Amino acid sequence: MITLFFKRAIEDIFKNRFLNLVTIITISLSILIASAFILFFVNTSEIINSWEKGLRIMAYLKPEINNDGLKDLKLAIQSLNDVDTLQFISKQEALSRLKAQMEHQSSLFENLTLNPLPDSIEIRMKASTESWQKIDSLAAQIEALPQIDEVEYGQRWVGRFAQIISLFRLAGYAIGTLFFMATIFIVANTIRLVIYSRREEVEIMRLVGATDNFIKIPFYFEGLIQGALGAIIGLVILYIAFIFISANIEKEFFSGLFRFHFLSPTLLLTILLVSMLVGWLGCYISLKQFLKQ
Amino acid sequence: MIDAPEKTFIIRMFHVHHNYGPKKALIDITLDIAKNEFVFISGPSGAGKTTLLKLLYLGEPVSEGQVLIDGINLARIPRKRIPQLRRKFGIIFQDYKLIPTKSVYDNVALVLEAAGAKNRLIQKKVKSVLRLVGMEDRLKSFPPSLSGGEQQRIAVARAIIGDPKIILADEPTGSLDEESAEVILELLRGVLIRGATVIIATHDKALMRKTGGCVLHLEQGRLEASRFIEKQYDNAIF
Ligand SMILES: Nc1ncnc2c1ncn2[C@@H]1O[C@H](COP(=O)(O)OP(=O)(O)OP(=O)(O)O)[C@@H](O)[C@H]1O
Ligand SMILES: [Mg+2]
Repeated sequence: MITLFFKRAIEDIFKNRFLNLVTIITISLSILIASAFILFFVNTSEIINSWEKGLRIMAYLKPEINNDGLKDLKLAIQSLNDVDTLQFISKQEALSRLKAQMEHQSSLFENLTLNPLPDSIEIRMKASTESWQKIDSLAAQIEALPQIDEVEYGQRWVGRFAQIISLFRLAGYAIGTLFFMATIFIVANTIRLVIYSRREEVEIMRLVGATDNFIKIPFYFEGLIQGALGAIIGLVILYIAFIFISANIEKEFFSGLFRFHFLSPTLLLTILLVSMLVGWLGCYISLKQFLKQ
Repeated sequence: MIDAPEKTFIIRMFHVHHNYGPKKALIDITLDIAKNEFVFISGPSGAGKTTLLKLLYLGEPVSEGQVLIDGINLARIPRKRIPQLRRKFGIIFQDYKLIPTKSVYDNVALVLEAAGAKNRLIQKKVKSVLRLVGMEDRLKSFPPSLSGGEQQRIAVARAIIGDPKIILADEPTGSLDEESAEVILELLRGVLIRGATVIIATHDKALMRKTGGCVLHLEQGRLEASRFIEKQYDNAIF
C-alpha cells in the first residue's frame, strides 16, 4: 500500500513537473535563506565565544615601579571583582614579542637603542555573559590605581558587536518565521493548483469507492518529497556558497586563526525535517479545504 | 431481521423526487428491485435515467423521499461510509469517466487499489478482466488514444472487476457495434449469474428484447410503467 502511494506520488510529481518544480524551487530558496541565517549565527556566536575567552585588559605601568610595588599592585588588582588571572609582561618581554610579530619589518628595530615600551600587566576577566558590561568599570578601577599609567581594552567594540548580533538573531527569528509561513502558503497553493487540475480524477476515484485517505495520502507524500528535495537543493547550494566564501574570508581576515564551520549533522537533519513538515502542512491546508467540498 | 422483505429487495425507492434547481428531473418515483434481478430503465433522452442511477450511488443527493440500498437508508449514511456504499456498485458511466492521465491498467486497477487489495491479486484480476472485454493487449494505452467503443469496454472492465453486488450500466452499449454489444451483454449476464443485480439504463429497444427482463419506463421524470419483456430468441445471437 505504502509503495503504491509512493509510486503514485512520484508519478504525480512527474505529471505536474512545472508546478512541482516551482514549489521545490520556492522551498529550496526559503531553506537557503533561512539556513544561511542559521549558519551566520552559528559562526558568529563561535567567534564571539572565542573572543570572550580572551577578554582582557592591558594595564601599562608607570616606569618607576619596583618589585615590591609590583607585588602590591598585583594583589590590588587580583582583589577586584571579575578578575581571573594576571600576567606581568616586562618591557623587555614586550619588545621581544613585538619583534617576533614583526620579523619581516625587523629593519624598524635596527636603530632602536632604548626600549620605548612600558611594563604591563595583562588581566583576564572571568568568563561570563555580562563581561561586556563590566569591562568598562573594571578598567576604570584599574586605571585609578596610582601605579597605573594607562589601560587599554581594545575589545570594547566586541561587546557592541555582540549586541548587534543578538539584534540580528532576533531579526533572523522573525524572518525565519515569515519564510516558514510564506513557504507553507506557497506549497499549499501549488498543491491546490495540482488538486484543482486533477479534480476530475479525484471525483472519479471517489465514485469508484476510494476513501478520502486513499486520495489524500499520495498528496501528503508529494508534499513530503517536495519538502525533502527543496531542503536538499537549498542546503547543497548553501554548502557550495559556504566553501567559496569561507575560504576567502578565512584568508582575508583571520589568517587561519579561525575556522568557519558548516552546519552540524543534527542541524542539517533538523532543517530537512522542518522542510518536510512545511511540505506536509502546505498539503494539509489545501486538502482540508478541497475535501470539504 | 426487523424488516425481512427489505432483505430481498436490494434497492427500494419511496416517493423520490429530484430537482436540479427549478428543473424537476425525477418526480415521485417508487420502486423496488429484488436481488439478482436484471432490470432495464428505459425512456427517451432527458427522461431522467441517468439521474435515477445517480441517486443510488449518491452521485446526487435525494431532494425528497427515501432511497434504501441493501437495507441502508441513504439519507442517514455518514460521510465516512460513502466509499463503502460505492464499493457495492460497479458503475458503467454514460460518459465512461476514465481517468485520461492513467493507463488502461491503472484505470481498472484503481477499484481494487481503493479497496485495499494486494498488488499480486490486482495484477491477476486486471489482466483477466481485460481479457474478458478483449482489451488485454491495450493495458499500457491511455484512454484518449482509444476509440469510444474501446473506452466503453474499459469502463465495463472497471465496473465488474470488484465483483460488486449491483451493476449500474448507463447506455453500456451506446458506442458499440452489434457484435461488441453482444459481448458486453454476455459479460453482464455473467455477473448476474454470479449473484449480482444488474440495472441497465438504455433507450435501445432491440437490446431489451434481446435479453428480456424487467423494464422500468421513465417519461419526463415519471415512472410510467413497469413490465416484463420476454426474451425474444429470433434475433438472439447466442
Ligand atoms: N447536472 C444537471 N444540472 C441541471 N440539469 C440537469 C443535470 N443533469 C441532468 N439534468 C436535466 O435533468 C433531466 C434528466 O437528465 P438525465 O441525464 O437523467 O436524462 P437521461 O434520461 O439520462 O437522458 P439521456 O438518455 O440523454 O442520457 C434532463 O432534462 C437534464 O437536462
Ligand atoms: Mg443519461
